[in-house]
Amino acid sequence: MLLDKDRIFTNLYGHHDWSLEGAKKRGAWNSTKELMQFGPEWICDQIKDSGLRGRGGAGFPTGLKWTFMPKEVRDRPHYLVVNADESEPGTCKDRDIMRHDPHLLIEGCLIASFAMRANACYIYLRGEYIFERERLQQAIDEAYAAGLVGKNACGSGWDFDVYVHHGAGAYICGEETALLESLEGKKGQPRLKPPFPANAGLYGCPTTVNNVESIAVAPTILRRGSGWFKKFGRENNAGTKVFCISGHVNRPCNVEEEMSIPLKTLLETHCGGVRGGWENLKAVIPGGSSVPMLPKDICDDVLMDFDALREVRSGLGTAAVIVMDKSTDVIQAIARIAYFYKHESCGQCTPCREGTGWMWRVLTRMAKGEAESAEIDMLLDVSTQIEGHTICALGDAAAWPIQGLIRHFRSEIEERITSYRIGRPHVQGGTVAAE
Amino acid sequence: MSVRRFDLEAGGTSFSFKSETESKIGFWLSKYPEGKKRSAVIPLLWLAQKDNAGWLSEPAMRAVAERLEMAYIRVYEVATFYTMFRLQPVGEWHVQLCGTTPCMLRGSETLKKVCERKIGKIGAVSANGKLSWEEVECLGACVNAPMVQINDYYYEDLSEESFTKVLNDLEAGKQVEPGPQVDRITSAPIGGLTSLLDETLYDGSRAKSLSSIPNAPVPEPSEPVEKARPKDNAGQPNEASKEISGAASKAKVETAGEKSVNSTVGEGAPKAGFGKTKSFDRSRKSTASLGGAGASKSASAAKPTLNDERRPEALAEPRENEKDDLKRVSGIGPKIEGVLNKLGIFHFDQIARWNRDNVAWVDGYLSFRGRIDREQWISQAKVLASGGDTQFSSRTTGVKKDEG
Repeated sequence: MLLDKDRIFTNLYGHHDWSLEGAKKRGAWNSTKELMQFGPEWICDQIKDSGLRGRGGAGFPTGLKWTFMPKEVRDRPHYLVVNADESEPGTCKDRDIMRHDPHLLIEGCLIASFAMRANACYIYLRGEYIFERERLQQAIDEAYAAGLVGKNACGSGWDFDVYVHHGAGAYICGEETALLESLEGKKGQPRLKPPFPANAGLYGCPTTVNNVESIAVAPTILRRGSGWFKKFGRENNAGTKVFCISGHVNRPCNVEEEMSIPLKTLLETHCGGVRGGWENLKAVIPGGSSVPMLPKDICDDVLMDFDALREVRSGLGTAAVIVMDKSTDVIQAIARIAYFYKHESCGQCTPCREGTGWMWRVLTRMAKGEAESAEIDMLLDVSTQIEGHTICALGDAAAWPIQGLIRHFRSEIEERITSYRIGRPHVQGGTVAAE
Repeated sequence: MSVRRFDLEAGGTSFSFKSETESKIGFWLSKYPEGKKRSAVIPLLWLAQKDNAGWLSEPAMRAVAERLEMAYIRVYEVATFYTMFRLQPVGEWHVQLCGTTPCMLRGSETLKKVCERKIGKIGAVSANGKLSWEEVECLGACVNAPMVQINDYYYEDLSEESFTKVLNDLEAGKQVEPGPQVDRITSAPIGGLTSLLDETLYDGSRAKSLSSIPNAPVPEPSEPVEKARPKDNAGQPNEASKEISGAASKAKVETAGEKSVNSTVGEGAPKAGFGKTKSFDRSRKSTASLGGAGASKSASAAKPTLNDERRPEALAEPRENEKDDLKRVSGIGPKIEGVLNKLGIFHFDQIARWNRDNVAWVDGYLSFRGRIDREQWISQAKVLASGGDTQFSSRTTGVKKDEG
């Protein structure tokens, strides 16, 4: 359990003043210049040593990513792009950072940009976050007025500009190269890699794309030391993390906790437990809609970190925990996720463009029971044909939840097909009474 | 993917930005480098949509294309790709209802029925032109599910009743406060906080300037050494900033010295980091556990002074004005070499002659916490002083290290 004194986002809920004055009082912008005086390598080393892994879903070591940027600026400028296109279903942590603790993010942008020798940073917000964009822009204006960013930012001698950009409702723009395309004024279709953004990213220049949370924790890590951050969580899964708990819990909320916290502890401490008690739990999607769901028996003792969840064939993703109690029609829940991916596929790769729609249609029939038992295996097979055969990970993300469903709830699909065949079709809500 | 087509008839033949929008256009265009105006296409389309009663007509797209000197087909391409651009007329209050699984689990289906009852079928505009609705994918406010976005802002934690009320009020021209429609502050748990209750987070104590930067590179011995050391633990709520300050020497110098070689401790930054910390833990057990404020306390208590009798013998200058390349000792990088030189240490044989007291003094003075023994400087220096080569030095001789 994380103590209050060790929380990074001390204004997560906006109970306190978000503006520069309030943020400074809570420790933001404290000694920023001094943190920068030891140079970019030192900053990268500290972040590496802290064990911080990217908070956007993939969990790539952040400090290591920063070192992929060229060591000196040649003919092309360097860019930092912050991925604030938060659209993974279940996830709403960056939103709270941007509207309630924007100065931690802006300070992080300065430090990360300096570490990567970038003089400019773009923060790409999802288009729907209009309030958050207005708030963040106000905070940036404050920072400019106070000399914290701009020419000679914080008196460090480093010139730094930060700009807010926004999208217009495309999930795919959360993929880093699609985001860059979108930022260049095109439709957001992912690029083939290589070249990786660190070589040719925004406008063909060296670019690093990081999640909001990864950037916003950086200044605090430097201020309190990599060893402090590393104390939390198991080895290789260090730090604190903002969890978003939605669905069938008594009190859904966002909360910053330490990594590797047991799922059950997380839900019972901060969310008032599962609706109807722990025994009423049916399944949990532990890391945003892209990761496979887990049935209750795994949820009983699983830890919330990258490695523990990978061991049970799921993932931490964005740490967006979607809880489903026994009243849930899991097939329908996954069918709705399949619709999401069908809707959000950019249409560039055939397996994804055609496959997501096909999977959604089959699942919709399965949710009613109107399918053949053999189609379950066919669905599984099609999902593996999409997984790994597309440019970006959206294809994988569309396949995994369905694989998770079949892995853990195959019998439920079969039962539904059988009862449909014997003339007792499933009625939404009917199962609650039956159970 | 969603296939979307725009309404050619409803859009008329002309569009112009409102005059008050011009400054916003300028603001957006100023963000992008020379020749990259096109980057502003989404923000400009958004402004055009605002100026065109909430949807994008074909003339509006053309106006954006002209501003940005783009082929208009490129603007169409963007406008039809991104679903926030509405290509048909909408009501004065346009409801985007989130229907994705987290909202579905908490009752978005009920909200859909409210919309159907109140406004009409999906995509429809109500008869009085006030309301319209569509179902959208996850809006990123899942802990406040179910929720909708109406024009610019989010209305969260809705129920059938509260949502109906919101729609009625908007239709009647009343103000409705966005945000949670239940007794709740943003994304905090209903019924009271479970975290962030510690008042010392907010009393300004965190704004005090740091007494030291954790893991600061080995300071120059003159004054920064004093600075980099915690002076007083009492009354410092931000003790965490110091708690590992003893690890000061770890940062840059160590990696600079070792990164290029696969020497004893390990290679590759993150792994080496973990590994080293572990060994460091063990070596420190006697004094304090990792992370305790006590660690820094004991470190500072033991800090020797320059006049200490245990300080190794110093030379005013290198013998025959030619110093040894101390960097050939594994563990000594350019920074530490400089520090040693300032302490009057220029030659391998000087290090080779250090006794236990000397080692303890240097270790304490530079906050090395056992590095000298761990990296076996003395035995390395003995070999090098006698003209031999260690495994490390033979690999690095002649390699210029310019990191520091």
